[in-house]
Amino acid sequence: MLNNKSSAPKSISSFEFAIEAIIRVLGFSTIGFVLLIFLFLLKEGVPFFYKTDLINIFGTRWYPTFDLFGTLPLILGSVAITVVAVIMALPMGVATAVFIREIAPGWVREILKPMIETLAGIPSVVIGFFGMTVIAPMVRETLGVATGLTIFTGAVTLAYMALPTMISVAEDALDTVPKNYRDAALAMGATKWQTIRHVVLPAARSGISMAVMLGMGRAIGETMTVMMVTGNAARMPLGLDALFKPIRTMTATIAAEMGEVAGGSIHYHALFGIGIVLFVLTFFINLAAARAIFQKRRKGGLR
Amino acid sequence: MNRHLAQEIAFAVLTLMAMMVVIPVFWVIWIIVAKGSSAISWTFLTQMPHDGMTAGGILPAILGTFLLTAGTALVAIPIGIGGTIYLAEYARDTWLTRCIRLAIVNLAGIPSIVYGLFGLGLFVLFMKMGTSIMAGALTLGIMTLPVVISTAEEALRAVPTEFRTVNASLGGTRWQGIRMIVLPQALPGIITGVILGLLRAAGETAPILFTVAAFFLPVLPRSPFDQTMALPYHLYVISTQVPGMPEEIQYGTALVLLGIVLSMNVFASVIRSYYRRKRQW
Repeated sequence: MLNNKSSAPKSISSFEFAIEAIIRVLGFSTIGFVLLIFLFLLKEGVPFFYKTDLINIFGTRWYPTFDLFGTLPLILGSVAITVVAVIMALPMGVATAVFIREIAPGWVREILKPMIETLAGIPSVVIGFFGMTVIAPMVRETLGVATGLTIFTGAVTLAYMALPTMISVAEDALDTVPKNYRDAALAMGATKWQTIRHVVLPAARSGISMAVMLGMGRAIGETMTVMMVTGNAARMPLGLDALFKPIRTMTATIAAEMGEVAGGSIHYHALFGIGIVLFVLTFFINLAAARAIFQKRRKGGLR
Repeated sequence: MNRHLAQEIAFAVLTLMAMMVVIPVFWVIWIIVAKGSSAISWTFLTQMPHDGMTAGGILPAILGTFLLTAGTALVAIPIGIGGTIYLAEYARDTWLTRCIRLAIVNLAGIPSIVYGLFGLGLFVLFMKMGTSIMAGALTLGIMTLPVVISTAEEALRAVPTEFRTVNASLGGTRWQGIRMIVLPQALPGIITGVILGLLRAAGETAPILFTVAAFFLPVLPRSPFDQTMALPYHLYVISTQVPGMPEEIQYGTALVLLGIVLSMNVFASVIRSYYRRKRQW
């Protein structure tokens, strides 16, 4: 009898022990997934780096059928399109964040925020389709270039895809500027714009640079849109006129070629090798931006 | 220059920039609705494609996307909610916890095509699932985790600490508090997070390219180990890989995909704002 009494609470606690153990495992699972992803990229990708000589890997020609695996045009293609996209998105993103946080009346904000959320929700393949069928012909006709599938077209679409992230991070950066700063500036007789321009924006600078990082991470990893609107020609983007010529990115190369490659061939390993480059690049970009996200989480939410 | 005039000009420019961000969103939706709505019919939604996809419907793609999304939910919901409970209720601020957070940030930042490579390497080849709904759902499920966790954690943290204190003072254990008080209170927020994650999964193409997607497969999948067509991949295929594709079908497919994803988006924000207003604390 005595035994029975003391075993009742004990059975509850062993049940809870099991539950808490499961929760603990699930909590740590995310670390496991990141490691697993990296491990499998390495497993399939590393053979590329020792089966191909370095001169070939860092060459300027990507012609897998002739065993030419020069990744330089692909890396530069990704970099070019990301840089142009961020240059376009940065002023728009910061301006929109300032508009929403500092200027817009409540009802305008209530319309803008859901629209930006909607933009974040549009699938990349739909934006790519739209870029292909609507924006590319417009670019071709207005600029009189041979094809509308160019770095420029890709960068425009990518800029819009990076904007929701950039705006919300920039908004939070503005949010962290203490109210005293504004009050002090206004009390000195500065106009609202002078306050924003000379006090709020400089104080939010580090947060805004995080917004740029995250926007870059978003743009460099985008696949479907760039594959559909940039023409997919693996050539070196040199000179300013390259802006209006086709290009090919690392992501699009993987997406376009993995379906047709024989498993275990050098080409197959090469595509995983590019995957490693992408993983490492985005890893460091996110590491740098992590501070912004941690600040954000304290106040809640990624959206 | 007059500083008040400068302010007028600056604000006008800022307003213009904000409009430049928002107006294209209307434009994209408007064009896809205008050109795609004529394709939408009962036949289009419920028939198999035929004549090399240039005629008939897109049923297998729609069904495939639903199955994939459901599979993603089965993977992402238990792992995501378990992970969230750990982070919000159990984890202390140690370097290990910081590692978990860093891992989540990184999962969120990994390019979708790299998830595709990972799914191919681990699920399709190493675990020998083949290109299948199973492999795709696992890949998409892991990809969805960071969205679910970050939104759900916010919901759990919003539940006041007093609720937990009261639970403890009444003799409730930590798990009883979570199970009976915290989770029910945070449920709307958790549901919002899950929907936001799933809508992202439903619209993704790159991760399913080599893990699930069939170019053209006019039969419905019968088991989790079958390939399937899916809406995003189908839209990619008919807009780039099939010559002479009627524009109407392309826009119609884009419209169906956009409709599914955006209605999930609206659903999520309705739940969020409804419960935020109803909430008593």
